[in-house]
Amino acid sequence: MVWSDRIAAGSAFLAAVIAGFVLPDWMISLATIAFANGLVVLGLIVMWRAGLVSFGQALYYCMGGYAVALIGRWGGVTDALLLVLLGGLSAAGVAFVVGFLLARYREIFFAMLSLALSMILYGLLVKTESLGSTDGLNVTAPTFLGYAPHQEELLVALYFLVLVVCATAALLISAYFRSLAGALAIPVRDNELRVEFMGMSVSRLIHTKLVISGLLAGTGGALVALAIGHVDPNMSYWTTSGEFVFITILAGAGSVGAAFIGSLAFESVRSFAFTMLPQLWQMLLGSVLLLTILFLPQGLGSLIQRLHWGRKAKAP
Amino acid sequence: MNSPILSVRNLGKRFGLLFAARDITVSIPVQQTVGVIGANGAGKTTFINMITGHLRPTNGTIHFEGRDITGLPCRQIKGMGISRSFQVAQIFPSLTVFENMCTAAAIGRAPHTFIGHVCTPLRSRESVVEAETLLELFQIAPYRDRLAATLPQGIRKLLDIGMALAGSPRLLLLDEPTSGISIEEKFSLMQVIMSALNSRKCTVLFVEHDMDIIEGFAERVLAFYDGTVIADGTPAATLADPRVQTLISGPKVRCAVGAAAHV
Repeated sequence: MVWSDRIAAGSAFLAAVIAGFVLPDWMISLATIAFANGLVVLGLIVMWRAGLVSFGQALYYCMGGYAVALIGRWGGVTDALLLVLLGGLSAAGVAFVVGFLLARYREIFFAMLSLALSMILYGLLVKTESLGSTDGLNVTAPTFLGYAPHQEELLVALYFLVLVVCATAALLISAYFRSLAGALAIPVRDNELRVEFMGMSVSRLIHTKLVISGLLAGTGGALVALAIGHVDPNMSYWTTSGEFVFITILAGAGSVGAAFIGSLAFESVRSFAFTMLPQLWQMLLGSVLLLTILFLPQGLGSLIQRLHWGRKAKAP
Repeated sequence: MNSPILSVRNLGKRFGLLFAARDITVSIPVQQTVGVIGANGAGKTTFINMITGHLRPTNGTIHFEGRDITGLPCRQIKGMGISRSFQVAQIFPSLTVFENMCTAAAIGRAPHTFIGHVCTPLRSRESVVEAETLLELFQIAPYRDRLAATLPQGIRKLLDIGMALAGSPRLLLLDEPTSGISIEEKFSLMQVIMSALNSRKCTVLFVEHDMDIIEGFAERVLAFYDGTVIADGTPAATLADPRVQTLISGPKVRCAVGAAAHV
Protein backbone atom coordinates (compact mmCIF):
# COMPACT_ATOMS: atom_id res chain seq x y z
CA MET A 1 0.00 0.00 0.00
CA VAL A 2 1.20 3.50 -0.78
CA TRP A 3 1.86 5.79 2.19
CA SER A 4 -0.85 8.26 1.22
CA ASP A 5 -3.39 5.41 1.18
CA ARG A 6 -2.31 4.28 4.64
CA ILE A 7 -2.63 7.78 6.00
CA ALA A 8 -6.06 8.19 4.38
CA ALA A 9 -7.26 4.85 5.76
CA GLY A 10 -5.84 5.64 9.22
CA SER A 11 -7.45 9.06 9.41
CA ALA A 12 -10.79 7.70 8.17
CA PHE A 13 -10.69 5.12 10.96
CA LEU A 14 -9.75 7.78 13.51
CA ALA A 15 -12.59 10.03 12.33
CA ALA A 16 -15.03 7.11 12.66
CA VAL A 17 -13.80 6.45 16.23
CA ILE A 18 -14.16 10.11 17.23
CA ALA A 19 -17.63 10.15 15.64
CA GLY A 20 -18.59 7.39 18.09
CA PHE A 21 -18.13 9.83 20.99
CA VAL A 22 -19.67 12.88 19.36
CA LEU A 23 -22.57 11.94 17.14
CA PRO A 24 -26.18 11.52 18.34
CA ASP A 25 -27.54 8.02 18.90
CA TRP A 26 -29.63 7.80 15.73
CA MET A 27 -26.58 8.57 13.61
CA ILE A 28 -24.49 5.99 15.43
CA SER A 29 -27.08 3.28 14.93
CA LEU A 30 -27.34 4.23 11.26
CA ALA A 31 -23.56 4.03 10.87
CA THR A 32 -23.45 0.69 12.72
CA ILE A 33 -25.89 -0.88 10.25
CA ALA A 34 -24.19 0.84 7.30
CA PHE A 35 -20.69 -0.41 8.18
CA ALA A 36 -21.96 -3.93 8.95
CA ASN A 37 -23.65 -3.98 5.53
CA GLY A 38 -20.41 -2.60 4.11
CA LEU A 39 -18.82 -5.97 4.94
CA VAL A 40 -21.37 -7.72 2.71
CA VAL A 41 -20.63 -5.21 -0.05
CA LEU A 42 -16.90 -5.86 0.39
CA GLY A 43 -17.64 -9.54 -0.17
CA LEU A 44 -19.52 -8.68 -3.36
CA ILE A 45 -16.57 -6.58 -4.52
CA VAL A 46 -14.25 -9.59 -4.06
CA MET A 47 -16.38 -11.49 -6.58
CA TRP A 48 -17.20 -8.47 -8.75
CA ARG A 49 -13.51 -8.10 -9.64
CA ALA A 50 -13.54 -11.62 -11.04
CA GLY A 51 -16.60 -10.76 -13.14
CA LEU A 52 -19.12 -12.54 -10.90
CA VAL A 53 -22.28 -10.86 -9.58
CA SER A 54 -24.07 -12.73 -6.82
CA PHE A 55 -27.76 -12.10 -6.35
CA GLY A 56 -27.75 -14.39 -3.34
CA GLN A 57 -25.54 -12.79 -0.70
CA ALA A 58 -28.63 -12.71 1.53
CA LEU A 59 -28.08 -16.45 2.02
CA TYR A 60 -24.85 -15.87 3.95
CA TYR A 61 -26.11 -12.67 5.53
CA CYS A 62 -29.11 -14.52 6.92
CA MET A 63 -26.99 -17.52 7.98
CA GLY A 64 -24.74 -15.21 9.99
CA GLY A 65 -27.73 -13.53 11.64
CA TYR A 66 -29.57 -16.75 12.51
CA ALA A 67 -26.35 -18.36 13.75
CA VAL A 68 -25.97 -15.53 16.27
CA ALA A 69 -29.61 -15.80 17.38
CA LEU A 70 -29.51 -19.60 17.71
CA ILE A 71 -26.10 -19.90 19.35
CA GLY A 72 -27.16 -17.22 21.84
CA ARG A 73 -30.44 -19.02 22.51
CA TRP A 74 -29.31 -22.67 22.58
CA GLY A 75 -25.63 -22.39 23.40
CA GLY A 76 -25.93 -19.56 25.92
CA VAL A 77 -23.02 -17.70 24.32
CA THR A 78 -23.33 -13.95 24.88
CA ASP A 79 -19.85 -12.65 24.03
CA ALA A 80 -20.32 -10.37 21.02
CA LEU A 81 -16.97 -11.01 19.35
CA LEU A 82 -17.32 -14.78 19.71
CA LEU A 83 -20.88 -14.65 18.34
CA VAL A 84 -19.79 -12.59 15.35
CA LEU A 85 -16.92 -14.98 14.65
CA LEU A 86 -19.22 -18.01 14.85
CA GLY A 87 -21.80 -16.27 12.66
CA GLY A 88 -19.19 -15.50 10.02
CA LEU A 89 -17.71 -19.00 10.14
CA SER A 90 -21.08 -20.75 9.80
CA ALA A 91 -21.84 -18.64 6.71
CA ALA A 92 -18.36 -19.41 5.35
CA GLY A 93 -19.10 -23.10 5.91
CA VAL A 94 -22.29 -22.82 3.86
CA ALA A 95 -20.38 -20.92 1.16
CA PHE A 96 -17.73 -23.66 1.10
CA VAL A 97 -20.35 -26.36 0.51
CA VAL A 98 -22.46 -24.55 -2.10
CA GLY A 99 -19.21 -23.27 -3.64
CA PHE A 100 -18.58 -26.68 -5.20
CA LEU A 101 -21.73 -26.08 -7.25
CA LEU A 102 -21.53 -22.30 -7.75
CA ALA A 103 -17.87 -22.23 -8.83
CA ARG A 104 -18.85 -24.01 -12.04
CA TYR A 105 -21.21 -21.27 -13.23
CA ARG A 106 -20.65 -17.81 -14.67
CA GLU A 107 -22.59 -14.67 -15.50
CA ILE A 108 -26.40 -14.83 -15.36
CA PHE A 109 -26.38 -18.53 -14.44
CA PHE A 110 -24.19 -17.80 -11.44
CA ALA A 111 -26.40 -14.87 -10.41
CA MET A 112 -29.65 -16.84 -10.71
CA LEU A 113 -28.30 -19.97 -9.02
CA SER A 114 -27.05 -17.93 -6.05
CA LEU A 115 -30.45 -16.20 -5.88
CA ALA A 116 -32.21 -19.58 -5.92
CA LEU A 117 -30.07 -20.90 -3.06
CA SER A 118 -30.89 -17.89 -0.88
CA MET A 119 -34.61 -18.33 -1.62
CA ILE A 120 -34.38 -21.97 -0.52
CA LEU A 121 -33.17 -20.78 2.88
CA TYR A 122 -35.98 -18.20 2.93
CA GLY A 123 -38.55 -20.91 2.23
CA LEU A 124 -37.11 -23.20 4.91
CA LEU A 125 -37.15 -20.46 7.54
CA VAL A 126 -40.70 -19.39 6.75
CA LYS A 127 -41.91 -23.00 7.06
CA THR A 128 -40.04 -23.82 10.27
CA GLU A 129 -42.12 -23.00 13.35
CA SER A 130 -39.31 -23.80 15.78
CA LEU A 131 -37.16 -21.09 14.15
CA GLY A 132 -39.90 -18.51 14.54
CA SER A 133 -41.35 -18.79 11.02
CA THR A 134 -42.07 -15.34 9.53
CA ASP A 135 -41.80 -13.67 12.96
CA GLY A 136 -38.13 -14.60 13.28
CA LEU A 137 -36.20 -14.72 16.52
CA ASN A 138 -35.03 -12.24 19.11
CA VAL A 139 -31.33 -11.92 19.78
CA THR A 140 -30.27 -11.66 23.43
CA ALA A 141 -28.22 -8.58 24.38
CA PRO A 142 -24.51 -9.36 23.94
CA THR A 143 -21.67 -8.85 26.39
CA PHE A 144 -18.16 -7.61 25.61
CA LEU A 145 -15.54 -9.69 27.47
CA GLY A 146 -17.78 -9.69 30.55
CA TYR A 147 -18.89 -6.07 30.19
CA ALA A 148 -22.69 -5.98 29.81
CA PRO A 149 -23.83 -2.54 28.63
CA HIS A 150 -27.44 -1.37 28.23
CA GLN A 151 -29.30 1.09 26.04
CA GLU A 152 -27.02 3.88 24.76
CA GLU A 153 -23.86 2.21 26.04
CA LEU A 154 -24.73 -0.98 24.16
CA LEU A 155 -25.29 1.09 21.02
CA VAL A 156 -21.86 2.68 21.28
CA ALA A 157 -20.16 -0.59 22.23
CA LEU A 158 -21.65 -2.31 19.16
CA TYR A 159 -20.56 0.60 17.00
CA PHE A 160 -16.96 0.16 18.14
CA LEU A 161 -17.17 -3.59 17.64
CA VAL A 162 -18.36 -3.00 14.07
CA LEU A 163 -15.53 -0.52 13.50
CA VAL A 164 -12.90 -2.99 14.74
CA VAL A 165 -14.30 -5.85 12.65
CA CYS A 166 -14.56 -3.65 9.54
CA ALA A 167 -11.02 -2.30 9.93
CA THR A 168 -9.66 -5.84 10.32
CA ALA A 169 -11.61 -7.03 7.29
CA ALA A 170 -10.47 -4.03 5.23
CA LEU A 171 -6.81 -4.69 6.08
CA LEU A 172 -7.02 -8.41 5.33
CA ILE A 173 -8.94 -7.95 2.09
CA SER A 174 -6.59 -5.28 0.78
CA ALA A 175 -3.71 -7.67 1.53
CA TYR A 176 -5.65 -10.36 -0.35
CA PHE A 177 -6.10 -8.05 -3.36
CA ARG A 178 -2.33 -7.60 -3.48
CA SER A 179 -1.67 -11.34 -3.23
CA LEU A 180 -1.38 -13.56 -6.29
CA ALA A 181 -4.69 -15.33 -5.58
CA GLY A 182 -6.50 -12.00 -5.17
CA ALA A 183 -4.81 -10.19 -8.05
CA LEU A 184 -5.76 -13.02 -10.42
CA ALA A 185 -9.39 -11.83 -10.26
CA ILE A 186 -9.01 -9.63 -13.36
CA PRO A 187 -7.11 -12.30 -15.34
CA VAL A 188 -9.88 -14.77 -14.46
CA ARG A 189 -12.48 -12.29 -15.73
CA ASP A 190 -10.46 -11.57 -18.87
CA ASN A 191 -9.26 -15.00 -19.93
CA GLU A 192 -9.87 -18.15 -17.90
CA LEU A 193 -8.16 -20.37 -20.48
CA ARG A 194 -4.86 -18.56 -20.11
CA VAL A 195 -5.03 -18.67 -16.31
CA GLU A 196 -5.51 -22.45 -16.48
CA PHE A 197 -2.59 -22.80 -18.88
CA MET A 198 -0.43 -20.75 -16.54
CA GLY A 199 -0.89 -23.53 -14.03
CA MET A 200 -3.66 -22.15 -11.82
CA SER A 201 -7.03 -23.73 -11.09
CA VAL A 202 -9.72 -21.20 -11.97
CA SER A 203 -12.45 -23.07 -10.13
CA ARG A 204 -10.34 -23.14 -6.97
CA LEU A 205 -9.61 -19.41 -7.25
CA ILE A 206 -13.34 -18.71 -7.61
CA HIS A 207 -14.24 -21.10 -4.80
CA THR A 208 -11.87 -19.19 -2.51
CA LYS A 209 -13.58 -15.94 -3.45
CA LEU A 210 -16.98 -17.47 -2.69
CA VAL A 211 -15.85 -18.54 0.77
CA ILE A 212 -14.32 -15.12 1.49
CA SER A 213 -17.46 -13.32 0.38
CA GLY A 214 -19.60 -15.75 2.39
CA LEU A 215 -17.48 -15.10 5.47
CA LEU A 216 -17.81 -11.34 5.04
CA ALA A 217 -21.56 -11.49 4.41
CA GLY A 218 -22.06 -13.78 7.40
CA THR A 219 -20.03 -11.47 9.63
CA GLY A 220 -22.10 -8.52 8.41
CA GLY A 221 -25.33 -10.41 9.10
CA ALA A 222 -24.13 -11.37 12.58
CA LEU A 223 -23.30 -7.75 13.43
CA VAL A 224 -26.65 -6.52 12.11
CA ALA A 225 -28.46 -9.19 14.15
CA LEU A 226 -26.73 -7.93 17.30
CA ALA A 227 -27.39 -4.29 16.42
CA ILE A 228 -31.09 -4.76 15.67
CA GLY A 229 -31.65 -7.46 18.28
CA HIS A 230 -33.85 -9.44 15.96
CA VAL A 231 -33.58 -11.70 12.92
CA ASP A 232 -36.31 -12.74 10.48
CA PRO A 233 -36.51 -14.61 7.15
CA ASN A 234 -36.51 -11.34 5.19
CA MET A 235 -32.75 -11.28 5.74
CA SER A 236 -32.63 -14.08 3.16
CA TYR A 237 -35.20 -12.63 0.74
CA TRP A 238 -33.96 -11.74 -2.74
CA THR A 239 -34.64 -8.01 -2.31
CA THR A 240 -32.01 -8.01 0.46
CA SER A 241 -29.47 -9.42 -2.01
CA GLY A 242 -30.60 -6.88 -4.59
CA GLU A 243 -29.98 -4.08 -2.12
CA PHE A 244 -26.38 -5.23 -1.65
CA VAL A 245 -25.86 -5.31 -5.41
CA PHE A 246 -27.36 -1.82 -5.53
CA ILE A 247 -24.85 -0.57 -2.94
CA THR A 248 -21.98 -2.26 -4.81
CA ILE A 249 -22.90 -0.39 -8.00
CA LEU A 250 -23.13 2.81 -5.98
CA ALA A 251 -19.77 2.13 -4.31
CA GLY A 252 -17.82 0.71 -7.27
CA ALA A 253 -15.41 -2.21 -7.07
CA GLY A 254 -12.27 -0.09 -7.29
CA SER A 255 -11.15 -0.17 -3.66
CA VAL A 256 -11.80 -1.63 -0.24
CA GLY A 257 -12.78 1.71 1.32
CA ALA A 258 -15.46 2.23 -1.34
CA ALA A 259 -17.54 -0.59 0.20
CA PHE A 260 -17.94 1.29 3.48
CA ILE A 261 -18.30 4.75 1.95
CA GLY A 262 -20.92 3.43 -0.48
CA SER A 263 -22.82 1.65 2.25
CA LEU A 264 -22.82 4.75 4.46
CA ALA A 265 -24.00 6.88 1.54
CA PHE A 266 -26.79 4.40 0.78
CA GLU A 267 -28.07 4.25 4.37
CA SER A 268 -27.95 8.05 4.64
CA VAL A 269 -29.83 8.58 1.40
CA ARG A 270 -32.40 5.97 2.35
CA SER A 271 -32.97 7.40 5.80
CA PHE A 272 -33.13 10.94 4.39
CA ALA A 273 -35.52 9.89 1.62
CA PHE A 274 -37.66 7.97 4.06
CA THR A 275 -38.06 11.02 6.32
CA MET A 276 -38.49 13.62 3.58
CA LEU A 277 -40.54 11.66 1.05
CA PRO A 278 -42.32 8.87 2.92
CA GLN A 279 -44.39 8.02 -0.17
CA LEU A 280 -41.69 8.39 -2.78
CA TRP A 281 -38.46 7.28 -1.09
CA GLN A 282 -37.95 4.33 -3.45
CA MET A 283 -38.15 6.70 -6.41
CA LEU A 284 -35.43 8.86 -4.91
CA LEU A 285 -33.19 5.79 -4.36
CA GLY A 286 -33.83 4.73 -7.94
CA SER A 287 -32.85 8.16 -9.22
CA VAL A 288 -29.63 8.06 -7.20
CA LEU A 289 -28.76 4.70 -8.78
CA LEU A 290 -29.57 6.01 -12.25
CA LEU A 291 -27.42 9.09 -11.74
CA THR A 292 -24.56 6.95 -10.42
CA ILE A 293 -24.66 4.66 -13.45
CA LEU A 294 -24.83 7.63 -15.83
CA PHE A 295 -22.21 9.90 -14.31
CA LEU A 296 -20.06 7.65 -12.08
CA PRO A 297 -20.02 4.28 -13.82
CA GLN A 298 -17.08 3.22 -11.65
CA GLY A 299 -19.01 4.15 -8.49
CA LEU A 300 -18.37 6.56 -5.64
CA GLY A 301 -14.98 4.94 -5.10
CA SER A 302 -13.80 6.36 -8.43
CA LEU A 303 -14.11 9.87 -6.95
CA ILE A 304 -11.24 9.01 -4.61
CA GLN A 305 -9.14 7.74 -7.50
CA ARG A 306 -9.87 10.90 -9.48
CA LEU A 307 -8.58 12.94 -6.54
CA HIS A 308 -5.46 10.77 -6.62
CA TRP A 309 -4.83 11.39 -10.30
CA GLY A 310 -5.54 15.09 -9.85
CA ARG A 311 -2.81 15.24 -7.24
CA LYS A 312 -0.41 13.21 -9.35
CA ALA A 313 -1.03 15.42 -12.35
CA LYS A 314 -0.24 18.53 -10.32
CA ALA A 315 2.95 17.09 -8.86
CA PRO A 316 6.02 18.18 -10.87
CA MET B 1 23.04 -37.82 -28.07
CA ASN B 2 21.66 -37.09 -24.60
CA SER B 3 18.32 -38.50 -23.45
CA PRO B 4 15.23 -36.93 -25.04
CA ILE B 5 13.32 -34.21 -23.19
CA LEU B 6 10.09 -35.29 -24.85
CA SER B 7 9.26 -38.75 -26.05
CA VAL B 8 5.91 -39.58 -27.64
CA ARG B 9 4.90 -43.14 -28.50
CA ASN B 10 2.01 -44.27 -30.71
CA LEU B 11 -0.02 -41.22 -29.74
CA GLY B 12 -3.58 -41.08 -31.09
CA LYS B 13 -6.71 -39.02 -30.60
CA ARG B 14 -10.15 -39.98 -31.87
CA PHE B 15 -13.22 -37.76 -31.93
CA GLY B 16 -16.02 -40.19 -32.73
CA LEU B 17 -15.21 -41.49 -36.20
CA LEU B 18 -12.54 -38.87 -36.86
CA PHE B 19 -8.90 -39.61 -36.17
CA ALA B 20 -7.42 -36.21 -35.34
CA ALA B 21 -4.10 -37.87 -34.58
CA ARG B 22 -2.87 -41.42 -34.98
CA ASP B 23 0.24 -43.36 -34.28
CA ILE B 24 2.55 -40.38 -33.70
CA THR B 25 5.98 -41.48 -32.48
CA VAL B 26 8.53 -38.72 -31.99
CA SER B 27 11.44 -38.11 -29.67
CA ILE B 28 12.94 -34.65 -29.17
CA PRO B 29 16.41 -34.10 -27.64
CA VAL B 30 17.15 -31.27 -25.21
CA GLN B 31 17.49 -27.78 -26.73
CA GLN B 32 16.50 -28.76 -30.24
CA THR B 33 14.36 -26.33 -32.24
CA VAL B 34 11.69 -28.31 -34.04
CA GLY B 35 9.36 -26.93 -36.71
CA VAL B 36 6.00 -28.53 -37.36
CA ILE B 37 4.34 -28.19 -40.76
CA GLY B 38 1.12 -29.51 -42.22
CA ALA B 39 -2.10 -28.35 -43.83
CA ASN B 40 -5.05 -27.18 -41.73
CA GLY B 41 -6.60 -30.14 -39.94
CA ALA B 42 -3.46 -32.26 -40.22
CA GLY B 43 -3.33 -32.66 -36.42
CA LYS B 44 -0.62 -30.15 -35.47
CA THR B 45 -2.65 -28.32 -32.83
CA THR B 46 -4.15 -31.60 -31.59
CA PHE B 47 -0.59 -32.84 -31.10
CA ILE B 48 0.29 -29.73 -29.03
CA ASN B 49 -2.97 -29.93 -27.07
CA MET B 50 -2.22 -33.52 -26.08
CA ILE B 51 1.30 -32.70 -24.88
CA THR B 52 0.09 -29.73 -22.80
CA GLY B 53 -2.74 -31.75 -21.30
CA HIS B 54 -5.56 -29.81 -22.91
CA LEU B 55 -6.71 -32.95 -24.69
CA ARG B 56 -6.49 -36.46 -23.28
CA PRO B 57 -5.02 -38.86 -25.85
CA THR B 58 -7.15 -41.86 -26.85
CA ASN B 59 -4.06 -44.07 -26.96
CA GLY B 60 -0.29 -43.87 -26.70
CA THR B 61 2.05 -42.35 -24.12
CA ILE B 62 3.89 -39.05 -23.57
CA HIS B 63 7.06 -38.92 -21.49
CA PHE B 64 8.62 -35.64 -20.41
CA GLU B 65 12.13 -35.84 -18.94
CA GLY B 66 11.56 -39.55 -18.40
CA ARG B 67 8.25 -39.12 -16.50
CA ASP B 68 4.94 -40.31 -17.88
CA ILE B 69 2.66 -37.28 -18.26
CA THR B 70 -0.04 -38.91 -20.42
CA GLY B 71 -3.47 -37.57 -19.49
CA LEU B 72 -2.32 -35.30 -16.64
CA PRO B 73 -4.27 -32.01 -16.31
CA CYS B 74 -2.67 -29.00 -18.01
CA ARG B 75 -2.04 -27.21 -14.69
CA GLN B 76 0.14 -30.04 -13.48
CA ILE B 77 1.99 -30.31 -16.79
CA LYS B 78 2.72 -26.57 -16.70
CA GLY B 79 4.15 -27.02 -13.21
CA MET B 80 6.51 -29.71 -14.50
CA GLY B 81 8.07 -27.39 -17.08
CA ILE B 82 6.06 -27.47 -20.31
CA SER B 83 4.58 -24.19 -21.45
CA ARG B 84 2.83 -23.02 -24.59
CA SER B 85 1.74 -20.00 -26.55
CA PHE B 86 -1.38 -19.72 -28.66
CA GLN B 87 -2.33 -19.28 -32.29
CA VAL B 88 -4.51 -16.36 -31.21
CA ALA B 89 -2.54 -14.51 -28.52
CA GLN B 90 -4.09 -15.21 -25.11
CA ILE B 91 -3.43 -12.18 -22.95
CA PHE B 92 -5.33 -10.21 -20.33
CA PRO B 93 -6.75 -7.19 -22.20
CA SER B 94 -7.69 -5.11 -19.14
CA LEU B 95 -4.18 -5.27 -17.66
CA THR B 96 -1.12 -3.36 -18.83
CA VAL B 97 1.72 -5.16 -20.60
CA PHE B 98 3.77 -5.06 -17.40
CA GLU B 99 0.90 -6.38 -15.29
CA ASN B 100 0.37 -9.22 -17.77
CA MET B 101 4.01 -10.20 -17.55
CA CYS B 102 4.17 -9.73 -13.79
CA THR B 103 1.17 -12.02 -13.31
CA ALA B 104 2.88 -14.71 -15.39
CA ALA B 105 6.15 -14.23 -13.51
CA ALA B 106 4.44 -14.37 -10.11
CA ILE B 107 2.61 -17.59 -11.00
CA GLY B 108 5.87 -19.06 -12.27
CA ARG B 109 7.59 -18.35 -8.95
CA ALA B 110 4.81 -19.10 -6.47
CA PRO B 111 4.86 -22.38 -4.56
CA HIS B 112 2.12 -24.55 -5.99
CA THR B 113 -0.05 -24.73 -2.91
CA PHE B 114 -3.25 -23.00 -1.99
CA ILE B 115 -1.64 -21.13 0.91
CA GLY B 116 1.26 -20.22 -1.37
CA HIS B 117 -1.06 -18.38 -3.74
CA VAL B 118 -2.76 -16.45 -0.96
CA CYS B 119 0.51 -15.52 0.75
CA THR B 120 2.61 -14.66 -2.32
CA PRO B 121 2.31 -10.98 -3.26
CA LEU B 122 1.73 -10.29 -6.96
CA ARG B 123 4.47 -7.70 -7.16
CA SER B 124 7.23 -9.34 -5.17
CA ARG B 125 10.70 -8.01 -5.92
CA GLU B 126 11.64 -11.22 -7.75
CA SER B 127 8.58 -11.33 -9.99
CA VAL B 128 8.93 -7.63 -10.89
CA VAL B 129 12.58 -8.20 -11.85
CA GLU B 130 11.65 -11.30 -13.88
CA ALA B 131 8.86 -9.39 -15.64
CA GLU B 132 11.16 -6.47 -16.52
CA THR B 133 13.82 -8.88 -17.79
CA LEU B 134 11.34 -10.67 -20.03
CA LEU B 135 9.99 -7.36 -21.39
CA GLU B 136 13.58 -6.42 -22.33
CA LEU B 137 14.31 -9.86 -23.75
CA PHE B 138 11.29 -9.70 -26.07
CA GLN B 139 11.94 -6.03 -26.87
CA ILE B 140 8.51 -4.88 -25.71
CA ALA B 141 9.67 -2.74 -22.77
CA PRO B 142 8.58 0.48 -24.60
CA TYR B 143 4.97 -0.80 -24.38
CA ARG B 144 5.29 -1.48 -20.64
CA ASP B 145 2.38 0.68 -19.46
CA ARG B 146 0.03 0.23 -22.43
CA LEU B 147 -3.22 -1.65 -21.88
CA ALA B 148 -2.86 -5.04 -23.56
CA ALA B 149 -6.18 -4.51 -25.36
CA THR B 150 -4.64 -1.67 -27.40
CA LEU B 151 -1.52 -3.51 -28.61
CA PRO B 152 -0.68 -4.16 -32.27
CA GLN B 153 -0.76 -7.80 -33.34
CA GLY B 154 3.01 -8.42 -33.35
CA ILE B 155 3.42 -7.08 -29.82
CA ARG B 156 0.53 -9.21 -28.60
CA LYS B 157 2.30 -12.27 -30.00
CA LEU B 158 5.56 -11.34 -28.28
CA LEU B 159 3.75 -10.71 -24.99
CA ASP B 160 1.95 -14.05 -25.27
CA ILE B 161 5.21 -15.93 -25.83
CA GLY B 162 7.00 -13.89 -23.15
CA MET B 163 4.32 -14.85 -20.66
CA ALA B 164 4.72 -18.49 -21.66
CA LEU B 165 8.46 -18.23 -20.95
CA ALA B 166 7.93 -16.86 -17.41
CA GLY B 167 8.62 -19.50 -14.82
CA SER B 168 11.47 -20.93 -16.92
CA PRO B 169 9.82 -23.85 -18.73
CA ARG B 170 12.22 -26.37 -20.29
CA LEU B 171 9.96 -27.15 -23.23
CA LEU B 172 7.97 -24.47 -25.02
CA LEU B 173 5.34 -25.21 -27.65
CA LEU B 174 4.50 -22.32 -29.97
CA ASP B 175 1.28 -22.67 -31.94
CA GLU B 176 1.80 -20.54 -35.08
CA PRO B 177 3.89 -17.76 -33.52
CA THR B 178 3.69 -15.69 -36.72
CA SER B 179 0.03 -16.16 -37.64
CA GLY B 180 -1.72 -12.87 -38.31
CA ILE B 181 1.60 -11.10 -38.93
CA SER B 182 2.46 -9.52 -42.26
CA ILE B 183 5.10 -11.25 -44.39
CA GLU B 184 7.56 -8.35 -44.01
CA GLU B 185 7.40 -8.51 -40.20
CA LYS B 186 7.43 -12.29 -39.81
CA PHE B 187 11.15 -12.80 -40.07
CA SER B 188 12.20 -10.13 -37.59
CA LEU B 189 9.50 -11.26 -35.17
CA MET B 190 10.78 -14.84 -35.32
CA GLN B 191 14.32 -13.58 -34.79
CA VAL B 192 13.32 -11.81 -31.56
CA ILE B 193 11.43 -14.88 -30.35
CA MET B 194 14.18 -17.37 -31.15
CA SER B 195 17.03 -15.37 -29.69
CA ALA B 196 15.00 -14.90 -26.50
CA LEU B 197 14.20 -18.61 -26.25
CA ASN B 198 17.76 -19.68 -27.03
CA SER B 199 19.15 -17.39 -24.35
CA ARG B 200 16.92 -19.24 -21.85
CA LYS B 201 18.13 -22.64 -23.18
CA CYS B 202 14.61 -23.73 -23.97
CA THR B 203 13.65 -26.67 -26.17
CA VAL B 204 11.22 -25.33 -28.76
CA LEU B 205 8.56 -26.90 -30.91
CA PHE B 206 6.78 -24.46 -33.22
CA VAL B 207 3.98 -24.81 -35.74
CA GLU B 208 4.50 -22.76 -38.87
CA HIS B 209 2.98 -22.45 -42.35
CA ASP B 210 5.68 -20.30 -43.92
CA MET B 211 8.40 -22.57 -45.37
CA ASP B 212 10.96 -19.75 -45.40
CA ILE B 213 10.55 -19.36 -41.66
CA ILE B 214 10.86 -23.13 -41.24
CA GLU B 215 14.08 -23.21 -43.24
CA GLY B 216 15.42 -20.19 -41.41
CA PHE B 217 14.77 -21.26 -37.83
CA ALA B 218 14.09 -24.99 -37.46
CA GLU B 219 16.87 -27.52 -36.91
CA ARG B 220 14.45 -30.32 -37.61
CA VAL B 221 11.03 -30.49 -39.24
CA LEU B 222 8.05 -32.75 -38.55
CA ALA B 223 5.57 -32.89 -41.41
CA PHE B 224 1.99 -33.77 -40.42
CA TYR B 225 -0.60 -35.17 -42.78
CA ASP B 226 -3.97 -36.66 -41.88
CA GLY B 227 -3.14 -36.90 -38.17
CA THR B 228 0.25 -38.51 -38.45
CA VAL B 229 3.91 -37.67 -39.12
CA ILE B 230 4.83 -38.40 -42.74
CA ALA B 231 8.35 -36.97 -42.72
CA ASP B 232 10.87 -36.14 -40.01
CA GLY B 233 14.37 -34.79 -40.54
CA THR B 234 16.44 -31.71 -41.34
CA PRO B 235 14.51 -28.87 -43.04
CA ALA B 236 16.25 -29.47 -46.36
CA ALA B 237 15.52 -33.19 -46.34
CA THR B 238 11.92 -32.87 -45.17
CA LEU B 239 11.02 -30.09 -47.58
CA ALA B 240 12.60 -32.04 -50.43
CA ASP B 241 10.54 -35.15 -49.59
CA PRO B 242 8.20 -35.77 -52.54
CA ARG B 243 5.23 -36.62 -50.30
CA VAL B 244 5.70 -33.40 -48.37
CA GLN B 245 5.90 -31.48 -51.62
CA THR B 246 2.69 -32.93 -53.03
CA LEU B 247 0.69 -32.94 -49.79
CA ILE B 248 1.89 -29.85 -47.89
CA SER B 249 4.26 -27.31 -49.34
CA GLY B 250 3.66 -27.89 -53.04
CA PRO B 251 6.53 -28.08 -55.55
CA LYS B 252 7.36 -24.39 -55.45
CA VAL B 253 10.22 -22.20 -56.60
CA ARG B 254 11.25 -22.12 -52.96
CA CYS B 255 12.67 -25.64 -53.31
CA ALA B 256 14.92 -24.47 -56.08
CA VAL B 257 16.10 -21.63 -53.85
CA GLY B 258 16.73 -24.18 -51.11
CA ALA B 259 18.71 -26.35 -53.53
CA ALA B 260 20.68 -23.38 -54.78
CA ALA B 261 21.65 -22.52 -51.22
CA HIS B 262 23.18 -25.94 -50.84
CA VAL B 263 25.36 -25.73 -53.93
